[in-house]
Amino acid sequence: MKPMKKLYIVLSVFTIAFCYSCSKELTETNLEFPALQPASTDINAGIWKPVLLTGPTEFTVAAPAATSTPDYIAQVNEIKSFQSSLTSQEKNAVKYWSAGAVLRWNEIMRELVAKHNIPPYQNPDGTYPIPSATNPLAYPQFPFANPPYAARAYAYASAAVYDALVTAWYYKKLYNRLAPYKVDATVTSLIPQSDLPSYPSEDATVAGVMSEVLKLLFPGDQEFIQLKAEEHKRSRIIAGANVRSDIEAGEALGKSVAQKFVTRARGDRAGAAVGNQTIWTQMENDCIARGETPWISQESPKRPGMLVLFGRVKTWLFDSLTMVTTIRPVPPPSTSSQQFKDETEEVYQFSKNLTRDQLRIAHFWADGLSTYTPPGHWNAIAAEDFVKQNFSEVRWARNLALLNMSLMDAAIVCWDAKYFYFNPRPSQMDPRIKTVTGLPNFPSYTSGHSTFSGAAATILGHIIPSHAEDYTNMAKEASLSRLYGAIHYRSDCEKGLIAGNKVGDYAIQRARTDGAE
Amino acid sequence: MINSAKSQTDIDGIMMEKNGFCVGPMYGHSSWKNYWEGTLKGKNLNLGTVSASMFNIMGNYGITNKLNVMFGLPYIKTKASAGQLKGLKGIQDLSLWVKWKTFSKKMGSGRLSLIGLAGFSLPASDYTADFLPMSIGLESKNLALRAMADYQRDKWFATASATYIRRSNIKLDRTSYYTTEIHYTNEVKMPDAASFNIRLGYRNNGIIVEAVADNWTTLGGFDITRNNMPFASNKMNATRVGFNFKYPMKFHPQLAIVGNIMTTVAGRNVGQSTGFNAGIFYVFDLSPKKKTDSGKTKK
Repeated sequence: MKPMKKLYIVLSVFTIAFCYSCSKELTETNLEFPALQPASTDINAGIWKPVLLTGPTEFTVAAPAATSTPDYIAQVNEIKSFQSSLTSQEKNAVKYWSAGAVLRWNEIMRELVAKHNIPPYQNPDGTYPIPSATNPLAYPQFPFANPPYAARAYAYASAAVYDALVTAWYYKKLYNRLAPYKVDATVTSLIPQSDLPSYPSEDATVAGVMSEVLKLLFPGDQEFIQLKAEEHKRSRIIAGANVRSDIEAGEALGKSVAQKFVTRARGDRAGAAVGNQTIWTQMENDCIARGETPWISQESPKRPGMLVLFGRVKTWLFDSLTMVTTIRPVPPPSTSSQQFKDETEEVYQFSKNLTRDQLRIAHFWADGLSTYTPPGHWNAIAAEDFVKQNFSEVRWARNLALLNMSLMDAAIVCWDAKYFYFNPRPSQMDPRIKTVTGLPNFPSYTSGHSTFSGAAATILGHIIPSHAEDYTNMAKEASLSRLYGAIHYRSDCEKGLIAGNKVGDYAIQRARTDGAE
Repeated sequence: MINSAKSQTDIDGIMMEKNGFCVGPMYGHSSWKNYWEGTLKGKNLNLGTVSASMFNIMGNYGITNKLNVMFGLPYIKTKASAGQLKGLKGIQDLSLWVKWKTFSKKMGSGRLSLIGLAGFSLPASDYTADFLPMSIGLESKNLALRAMADYQRDKWFATASATYIRRSNIKLDRTSYYTTEIHYTNEVKMPDAASFNIRLGYRNNGIIVEAVADNWTTLGGFDITRNNMPFASNKMNATRVGFNFKYPMKFHPQLAIVGNIMTTVAGRNVGQSTGFNAGIFYVFDLSPKKKTDSGKTKK
């Protein structure tokens, strides 16, 4: 029975390997972020230049009760009551939110974008339904969070959070009410302590802005958003960082400031960006009249180009005249030129002979369906780096506002060029070209990824100069990834990067004069 | 969407005799036009018909009459008939199986055999699972344990088996992805899977003709959302039926042709694929001294 014994050994080894084969638990980088411990409180941020507000006193925050009043003491006792019986769920919530309010709400938005970044399926008659904000839960769900939509969402949220926090900082310094753990030594602080005055709560300000702005942008996800906001506010009281009146004042401020941004959003022309048949036909005919081959949708059935009028949406960092005169890229190579033929051939060669590493690059930067889009990717890159910089919440907000205004303006600049030039995709001109990433349903010139990445790398390199070279290289790689993916010509990528860099330069101009440097 | 390369021998109730080594190439082709997005069946005009061609080298060696080891190494090429997505190609997963007949006894007028199998597979090339449905595989390392019962009465037989497949996590080329929530990691948790297989047919003098039904159930995973692309950790389920045969050449019994056709009758997050496999196998006698020409396949 010797072979039998061997068999038992073999089978035992298999069984053990089976039971103990590597644990499946994932380590998610964003859940490893440490508690925020700002290097500086940026106590004078109340005088930084807001984006839309006329100044930090446009919205008033009433003076808080003194820490000696019975009302305040009752609020401190609420903290102590929470802290006397903490559940593991509450501890986890405190740890999660301690990484930073601006960071976490930026992540929440990225998640909502990824959830909604799927184009609608066609109607039986071959037309496409358009998501409706007034009926967001019916198919197709609202929104279709494509890259321009996402860029706009990140920008409004980030700019509104920034303006609200500038106001919050103004009143923090003015009223100078210390955090509960500083007022009462028997209050335990479950997160790192700070000298920053706690009234109004910066965390509640952010939660207030975001829950309000997200009503407009993701109207079908209210339950998810409200649960996050409630958990966030509660975590700050449990942590001993805020009393309830800090929270209430911050939330009210955030909601008020958000309204100003919601009003701007309703009038920024994005609502009309889908266009209509007359406009789509006109753009195609204009291109033909210039003697060029126009872009044609390669989807089946043919889908109208994505957000054809997004190029006319109101910009943040420059006016529309500046965009047309100094940022709009030069015309692409004529579709009948030798250069165009050569560039098409280059795309074909990548399509045919892609290395594994080029495929990796194409997929690393693809940011296609069901992802947070390229603007979201640059937010994720920024967030990971900002975590290591120990920024205060207001500086986090300011930097993300600069980044996201750049990304939205980049989207506008790029979409303006796409529909102004109406240039065909490589696979339209050469049907041999097959792609290793989804073919976007809009004209080719310029590459959105390149424009986004050029803008993001420029402003991020200003914010963290020691990483400037890395950002530039990442942007170049992101840009080339579209050539590797066989969905863009080299000109699309190069000219997109240049236009993006210009957008980023306008953000730098703002950064130099906003009082934060 | 499951490009399974099932070697014939890890799923049947037949053992290779001691020192016999059966090896051969197999060609397979499968395609689908309709697929299930969750439980919703439809088609994608931007994919058309998605097909996979496979060239597989498989082998089976008899360590003893009751203990066999086997391997398979498929090369796979995918293609979509419509749209712009590029087909991918490459060597998929190397699989190794140990097959052990633990019990064999006359029962009534037939013979009952119980067989245990343990298998391991891992990617044999650096392909990506993150480009479904064009990816050639799902990239996970798999450990499979299979219990099989085979009953033969005269020339007729029935075989049933159940398999549990433990699948390792896989790594994507990106740092974040969305399932039913966002994940900030390149690692994807792959749900385990179970499969069941029933075979009924005729077996005599090396000839096999059988009807086959099988089911693959992913134990976890999520549904493809409307108009989204498939993802490696989807809940992929499939029930298939088909026929399989093996025919040894009369003029040279060591040489046999094999073939099968299978079609999908029910599924979830997979293509409704129909396909065939065909191959030629040759049995070598690797006995140290003995020189014989007889085929080594033991009934």
